[in-house]
Amino acid sequence: MLLEVTLSGVTLGGMYALVAMGLTLQYGVARIMNLSYGELLIAAAFAALWFYSGLALSPLLGLLVVPPLAFALSYAIYRILLQPLVRRAKTRDALEVDSILATFGLLFVIQGVMLAVFGGAYYSYSYLSIPLQIAGATVAANRLLALVLAVAIGLGLYLGLTRTRLGTAVRAVAVDPVAAQLVAIDVRTASALAFALGGALVAAAGVLVSMFLTFNANLGVVFTLKALVVVIMGGVGNLLGALIAGLVLGLVENYVAVFVDPGLTLAATYAIFLLVLLVRPQGLLGRSSR
Amino acid sequence: MSRRETLSILAGALATAILACVPFLFGDYGLSLAINIVSYAVLATAWSLFSGPTRYVSLATVAFFGIGAYTTAVFAETLPWPAVLAIAAVIGVVVAAIVGLSTLRLSGVYFVIFSFGLAELVRQLVTWWEVNKTRTLGRYVFTDITAAQIYWQLLALAVLVFVVGFLIGRSRLGLALRAIGDDETVARHTGIDTTRAKVALFVLSTVFMTLTGAIMAPRWTYIDPAIAFNPVVSFTVLIMALLGGVHRLYGPVLGVVPLALLFEFLLARFPNHFSIMVGLVFILIVYAIPRGIAGLVEQAVRRPA
Repeated sequence: MLLEVTLSGVTLGGMYALVAMGLTLQYGVARIMNLSYGELLIAAAFAALWFYSGLALSPLLGLLVVPPLAFALSYAIYRILLQPLVRRAKTRDALEVDSILATFGLLFVIQGVMLAVFGGAYYSYSYLSIPLQIAGATVAANRLLALVLAVAIGLGLYLGLTRTRLGTAVRAVAVDPVAAQLVAIDVRTASALAFALGGALVAAAGVLVSMFLTFNANLGVVFTLKALVVVIMGGVGNLLGALIAGLVLGLVENYVAVFVDPGLTLAATYAIFLLVLLVRPQGLLGRSSR
Repeated sequence: MSRRETLSILAGALATAILACVPFLFGDYGLSLAINIVSYAVLATAWSLFSGPTRYVSLATVAFFGIGAYTTAVFAETLPWPAVLAIAAVIGVVVAAIVGLSTLRLSGVYFVIFSFGLAELVRQLVTWWEVNKTRTLGRYVFTDITAAQIYWQLLALAVLVFVVGFLIGRSRLGLALRAIGDDETVARHTGIDTTRAKVALFVLSTVFMTLTGAIMAPRWTYIDPAIAFNPVVSFTVLIMALLGGVHRLYGPVLGVVPLALLFEFLLARFPNHFSIMVGLVFILIVYAIPRGIAGLVEQAVRRPA
């Protein structure tokens, strides 16, 4: 029992980690506090649902199609909607307030579109829901597959950011945008790329999540909130921190849901958040300067 | 007191007297529209009382509004009305103090994030409590309070919020808050206890939101967590305050009146696409009128001079 709960907690935590990695790119590099972030996850989940039940294609194929689309969409959102704000903002704090407001509006637009199309009902589909035996515990194959894919994507991102020239440029912008400009890094392009990459990651997570969770059009806000909590827990801009914090959150939530009460999972999230704010506000792996 | 202040107090008193006559002049529809406008005027003014000077965007309006509404639903039948309002205010103060003390010591982002999910958290906790402990999801609110009485209570609350805002603007607290809004580091170096000032104002502003919720609850007759903690309320309040302009006490009201009428129209014409429309209106405001109507008015007044 404990092992089963732990395994499904790790799967959920892996999803949270993936979602938070995308957000930490958007917030840490592009400096956009994106409150409409989770909506893209739900939109991707609906796209995967449509792939599976509408076109009778594997959701894995959706994984090849949906994230690139989300990349393009996020890139367009950044260039058209957010760059004017970046230009207008005098300080980083001003940009933060402006981006919070603009993306808060965007949240209601995207959510409104999804509600108009799909309504408030819960959706799910059954893909690869075969029970597997691992060390005496039963796990659904779709969860395991989602976890493996999340690990692969996360690892790919990590290597991309640490081993390539472009990735290094993106990390440099996260550390100091002004200094990055001085060493001939195109900060605007790097920011737009980071923002778009974050969108692609959350869309990938949406496809994966749709394979084993029930979702509805209102759920985006909850995912945004959890991603934000994970990002802050791990330390803003820190990929490894996001990974650890995501796993912790997924595990705690699952334990609470199974052993205490499923209605209290968000309370558990908030309790962790409060604890981090009180004890280590710079995050588990974050630096204290800011 | 300067001549200008005396004039604005007189104008405010006159406006209140005229507005108090609304229940006698208009029918039921007019009264319900007026209730809507006045309640949003209180919420938006209370919102900008805190978020205006500090520039911390609070997304938790409906958390407090809903707490107030639920307090009424639970206690209205057994306790006298003033006691219900007092209980609502106390619960609001406690929740606001917890939120404020844990987040306002830190940078503004933590506060925004915390407030972003607060309504959802309170909603889930209330749902959990109702399902597991009282075994009733959804409550009926039966009181003998008439619509006109609700309207007058809200109007009194609106007057109170303006008086409090006016007094804060003239006090040391108001000065401290303006300093924090300009540059928090400098404010701290001049000896201002920034955390205490922020928490005090946050608590004060949320008390008005909680009371608005408590007063409004009898309007619905039936409430459940989804109705009481509807996130669109937080969003609407934010839009109205921003459209009006948050750097002046009278600003939010300028945004409330046109938007309350617009939303009334949109809700009647496009009930299924309401949040899309509202989102678009909001984005438009953020881009086109960042300083609100009050900012535009001031600009227009200043230009000829």
